[in-house]
Amino acid sequence: MIKILKYSFYDLMRSRWSYAYFVFYLLLGFVLLFLNNNLDKAIITLMNIIVILTPLIGTVFGVMYYYNSKEFTELLLAQPVKRSTIFLGQFIGLSVSLSLSLVLGLGIPFLFYGIMNSAIILNFITLIFVGAFLTFIFVALAYNIALSNENKIKGFGYAILMWLFMAVIYDGLFLISLLVFDDYPLDQFSLFATVFNPVDLSRILILLKLDISALMGYTGAVFKDFFGTIFGLIASFSMLMLWIIFPLLRIVRKASRKDF
Amino acid sequence: MYRLILYIIGFLCPILSCFGQLTVCPECPINTVQSAVEKAEDGTHILIKKGVYLVNDLVIDKKIQIEGEPGAIIDGNEAGGIIIITSDSVHIRGLRIQNVGKSYIKDWAAIKLHKTKGFIIENNHFENVFFGIVVEKSKRGIIRNNTIHSVSESEHNSGNGIHLWHSKMIEIVGNNVSGQRDGIYLEFVDKSRIENNICSDNLRYGLHFMFSHEDEYINNTFMDNGAGVAVMFSKKIKMIRNTFIKNWGSSSYGLLLKEINDAEIKENLFEENTIGIHAEGTNRINYFNNNFVRNGWAVKVRGACFKNIFKQNNFLFNTFDISYQGNLNENQFDQNYWSSYTGYDLDKNGVGDIPYRPVKLFSYIVNRTPETIILLRSLFVDMINFSEKVSPIFTPDNLLDNNPMMREVR
Repeated sequence: MIKILKYSFYDLMRSRWSYAYFVFYLLLGFVLLFLNNNLDKAIITLMNIIVILTPLIGTVFGVMYYYNSKEFTELLLAQPVKRSTIFLGQFIGLSVSLSLSLVLGLGIPFLFYGIMNSAIILNFITLIFVGAFLTFIFVALAYNIALSNENKIKGFGYAILMWLFMAVIYDGLFLISLLVFDDYPLDQFSLFATVFNPVDLSRILILLKLDISALMGYTGAVFKDFFGTIFGLIASFSMLMLWIIFPLLRIVRKASRKDF
Repeated sequence: MYRLILYIIGFLCPILSCFGQLTVCPECPINTVQSAVEKAEDGTHILIKKGVYLVNDLVIDKKIQIEGEPGAIIDGNEAGGIIIITSDSVHIRGLRIQNVGKSYIKDWAAIKLHKTKGFIIENNHFENVFFGIVVEKSKRGIIRNNTIHSVSESEHNSGNGIHLWHSKMIEIVGNNVSGQRDGIYLEFVDKSRIENNICSDNLRYGLHFMFSHEDEYINNTFMDNGAGVAVMFSKKIKMIRNTFIKNWGSSSYGLLLKEINDAEIKENLFEENTIGIHAEGTNRINYFNNNFVRNGWAVKVRGACFKNIFKQNNFLFNTFDISYQGNLNENQFDQNYWSSYTGYDLDKNGVGDIPYRPVKLFSYIVNRTPETIILLRSLFVDMINFSEKVSPIFTPDNLLDNNPMMREVR
């Protein structure tokens, strides 16, 4: 597995797209800090971008990589290698290289502007951490979709739809249900609803870290009580872990049964 | 000749207070403050030298001056109130007064003034007091340059720093109040001036006043208090150049206005408060040249607000600029600078060509269902905000700033 991981990783490291992605974050970081000159404010703007963009990039790269390397994968399948090894190796290689672009791309500009000496280093680390998690989650989901669809166009379509659902439509449905069931106590419900969407969960985790929780009144207090504690933090990160593990299990199952 | 000398003495006496100066020190013939006050007559100047003096419920009913040298400490031993002044024209300065007892039924204070005129309390340091200075039914007094500090744990067993009740024409200048329940509390206090005070880290409000009319609040700083400043049921108040910073918490705000009429709120700075101004039932208030920076809500206008004018204010990077309930009610927004304004200025006159709508759809939704706030900063919310901006359906469509400024108002 390590060999395949290595191969995937180096293959991606050499590809133009990884560089483009890295340079994009690098520029973004510098431009943000140049315009804002305020680390705290820059992190809030960055959050908006990370929460929306890393899933999108993860999804698109995941689907693209699967379809592009399909022939090579088939070649590998002819060798005496376990199927799960091949796909997990590719998955980890891809996710790690994308996360690396993110961490380095944003880390370098913020290091330049003295993140180390500022009090918000912890917020920044949370942000990067959440970004990496989202990359892993959405690459895994994208791989699932790609494995289930032989048709490239269909696969792409479903993948984008999946991203759209998580990033936008879910929130819309959430908002509507909150407005409709206005008369009922909703804080428990909203807590559950956020936990079941990795994008929302990441957003709330970062928002609470940035102390916007005070804006949220009673609901915020409920959230702070949950996410603010060590238990809540562990619970939410393990929820993100589950969001990686379940798609991976499905990848393994699907791959072992698939007729290539 | 004798007459002239008598005149001179008569003239100088009030200045030099040659009616007698009494000195109190631990080794002197007079070694307690109580006996000094007993011996004193109107006009006596009592000098307290370095040392610790135990005093409880000492009543001052003569027109005397008490001055402390550095290191003069009056200690209440947490057994009750310390000084009670019932006479006019009492001056107290330079003392350190500490350890007032706590009570759930009496407002024990370091200095309590009852039905007096013309008092001056200045340059004192109050430490670990239940109530610091309590003024009841008094007139024309000055409370100046005092420091009041305690460590309060909860609202029900702590007192206010400076507490005024039923008084008139009091000046509260240059005091520093921290760690109390309310920093400065006024009830039924008219025509008073509160200037250059700093109220920080108080449990409840930095400044709290009710039923007080024609007062002025100038140049004060309110920082890190439980809930900033509350102004209720008052008329004709001027609030100028005050600073409200970091009053941050789930039910916190910079300035709470409730049932306020005809006030002037000018040139204040509201920075990093959960709610900058929370206005409810306010009429004819002029908000001019204020700065609202990085607040959760810059201004929250609740019901029954009529004829308020917001003019030439700066709204910079607030999560929500305005939250609004009900109809426009003759309130006006004009010539403000909004950092989230995205319009243009083709004729280069410094005023944006398209009006700005300060109430976003999301702010309207949050008003209706507070739980929806957890969708803050989600992409979906940005999208509905944008569509509402293009064609307003839910937000009051006449609530707009017709002349949004292109640059910050200086």
